[in-house]
Amino acid sequence: MLSRTADNLFWLSRYVERAEALARILEATQRLASLPVAYAGSSNEWESAVFTAGCDDGFFAKYEDATAETVIDYLVFEKENPSSIVSCFEVARHNARAVRTALTVEMWEAINGAWLELRRRQDRKLEGEELTRFLAWVKEIGLRFDGSGHRTMLRNDIYDFSRLGMLLERADNTARILDVKYHLLLPKETQVGGGLDYYQWSAILRAVSAVTSYHWVYRESLKPWLIADLLILNDQMPRSLAACYGDLVRHLDDLASGYGRQGPAQRIARSTRIKLENAEIKQVFQGGLHEFITAFIADNNRLGAAIAEQYLI
Amino acid sequence: MSTAPFDEMTLADGSVRQAYAKLSEWLKTAPAELLNYRVEEAELLFRRIGITFAVYGDQQAQERLIPFDIIPRIITAEEWGRLSVGLEQRVDALNRFISDMYGRREILKAGIIPEDLVFQNEAFRPEMAGKTPPHDIWVHIAGIDIVRVDSETFYVLEDNARTPSGVSYMLENREVMIRLFPELFSRHRVAPVERYSDELLATLRSLAPRSSSADPNVVLLTPGVYNSAYYEHSFLADKLGIELVEGRDLFVRDDVVYMRTTEGPKRVDVIYRRLDDEFLDPLVFRPDSVLGVPGLMAAYHAGNVTLTNAVGTGVADDKAIYSYMPEIIKFYLGSEPILKNVPTYRCREPEALKYVLDHLPELVVKEVHGSGGYGMLVGPHASKEQIELFRAKLIASPAGFIAQPTLALSTCPTYVNSGVAPRHVDLRPFVLTGSDGVRIVPGGLTRVAMREGSLVVNSSQGGGTKDTWVLDE
Repeated sequence: MLSRTADNLFWLSRYVERAEALARILEATQRLASLPVAYAGSSNEWESAVFTAGCDDGFFAKYEDATAETVIDYLVFEKENPSSIVSCFEVARHNARAVRTALTVEMWEAINGAWLELRRRQDRKLEGEELTRFLAWVKEIGLRFDGSGHRTMLRNDIYDFSRLGMLLERADNTARILDVKYHLLLPKETQVGGGLDYYQWSAILRAVSAVTSYHWVYRESLKPWLIADLLILNDQMPRSLAACYGDLVRHLDDLASGYGRQGPAQRIARSTRIKLENAEIKQVFQGGLHEFITAFIADNNRLGAAIAEQYLI
Repeated sequence: MSTAPFDEMTLADGSVRQAYAKLSEWLKTAPAELLNYRVEEAELLFRRIGITFAVYGDQQAQERLIPFDIIPRIITAEEWGRLSVGLEQRVDALNRFISDMYGRREILKAGIIPEDLVFQNEAFRPEMAGKTPPHDIWVHIAGIDIVRVDSETFYVLEDNARTPSGVSYMLENREVMIRLFPELFSRHRVAPVERYSDELLATLRSLAPRSSSADPNVVLLTPGVYNSAYYEHSFLADKLGIELVEGRDLFVRDDVVYMRTTEGPKRVDVIYRRLDDEFLDPLVFRPDSVLGVPGLMAAYHAGNVTLTNAVGTGVADDKAIYSYMPEIIKFYLGSEPILKNVPTYRCREPEALKYVLDHLPELVVKEVHGSGGYGMLVGPHASKEQIELFRAKLIASPAGFIAQPTLALSTCPTYVNSGVAPRHVDLRPFVLTGSDGVRIVPGGLTRVAMREGSLVVNSSQGGGTKDTWVLDE
């Protein structure tokens, strides 16, 4: 396969995944922001969304205050923000068009349809129920793209590269949510049961669509260390770091056996997965949750660079 | 030229030509709602498949659909037989002419064609002088534009010997028609066109340089997604099962071309390039081109890669050389042209210029190097000011223009807002020339001027397309 084709596939699915992650973050934020201060705490949820999306530099260069209006405008519509939902679909569609023939019709139609729909939309305002509906639509596009890929693609290197992009982005998103919210998961001197933090915790789960999964796995009310366990170490949970790395290793191995050659990408992915496999949540907290996440994000970026170096250029 | 143009379905006396008998009958009985519904369905299909084209300078409509007309254009087996023999002869002559231009230049020595027409032609590539491409074939894929003026006469309007486009419409139009009008196909024996992609691949493979392996690697080189014909490039690459590459995907080492793949460099043997000569290699042509591949020409001259079409074929397809095609055919093949040229006045010749200046309101005047329907004057449709403007241009640089009588291009029934009405059409069949022979798929791209009375069929000027049926009986 052409390196450029692989590169396009990789970024195509990365951007679709990013758009979907943004939609979930905004959804969780909208929900939290709608709670009375007594439940949600006094922190600015919209500001936190900007940090979770990793768009703080660009955002604060443009706006002073993070309000529902400014944040939605910047994270959904702003073309100058390369990670806004509109930009994500723009880049995704551009990449898709360049590798049109490597995609199945269903995948192309999911992306092309979304792009056409966004172009039709003139209004940059989204409020209340409209926002909810819009975000649900974005998530649906992600599902359609992802699901039709899963259902219709040949299991060859094209498939591997598109999965690698998605998984790397997914791991990054989960890690960034944890990075911004980790302080909420730390044990506190004054334990507040049920109060403020409860809704923050459930918002974290919501941002990775894991509220129900949590209850299935732990059969407990929300506990911060179990939330961390679910998002970091539980390989049954599709957006956990462990699950992402299990799949990353698998697809990289498939590539290596297809091409008859192993490389740095395989080694980095394997060593990160082993770290996640061998870790226990207690140790993670002892060593520092924040430090753990920061190190993970660095590893994940290293893997991205290694994949690019090995296959995409 | 006030007589009504020849209509391919209905003759002047109201009778219907044999080839269109069944279609005409069907059109009479088909309710308007059905046709409207099929039109919508066709539009939806094209939009979904993503067949679009970009119009240069039109930012708003960056991706537009070319209007598709649901009424097919029909050519009989007998007519096609004549056309295809004529096409083969014409492309053969084009190839010999180009080979001669970069070789011994006998036709110049014989004084048949003025030298400056060749050497001052911007499309002439001095870099190719004395060079021979693999198999000494230059125009591997030709698109010859044909118009019809009566039941007997087909004219060649233009030869496209560089990178002719439009074949994807020939193929997709047929696919859409088969889906929308199965009942029409069951009443006609229409020669299929779908094997074009196999024929093209076979042609390209036959052209591999002798140094390549038994299983040559063929790729399609595109300028990229912003090119107006990008859809066609990706469509063809997909149908042929070959890689669609951009310049940055290729590199040259030791005069051999490679593509960058996820498994490392892979040798490339044949490049079906949809990129103009001057962008191919920044080391030889335009140094600012980022679309090409540095070193490509060196690999080409070393005989390690085939470029289709060959470099420098543009010397044969401008409108000044066009006017000499009858002489060119006679000179190289010793036979009379089977397909006629449109009578052409070369404004470089003083007598012709005088005639043209005296008859501007009746003539079509074209720039020698223009294409796409830009920079031309259609006398009968032009205002006084436009005519005077062209008169001034002609007097200033007569050699830059040719003129032709305004042809009564044939019309075909076309579905427009007011119902079924005649509209002017042309035809672009595609001629493939490999080292193992010539292949012509029965059919081509029919372009139709959707506006009433308009003679301009170019898609960039609002023209549409039709499915072209060659009857197989």
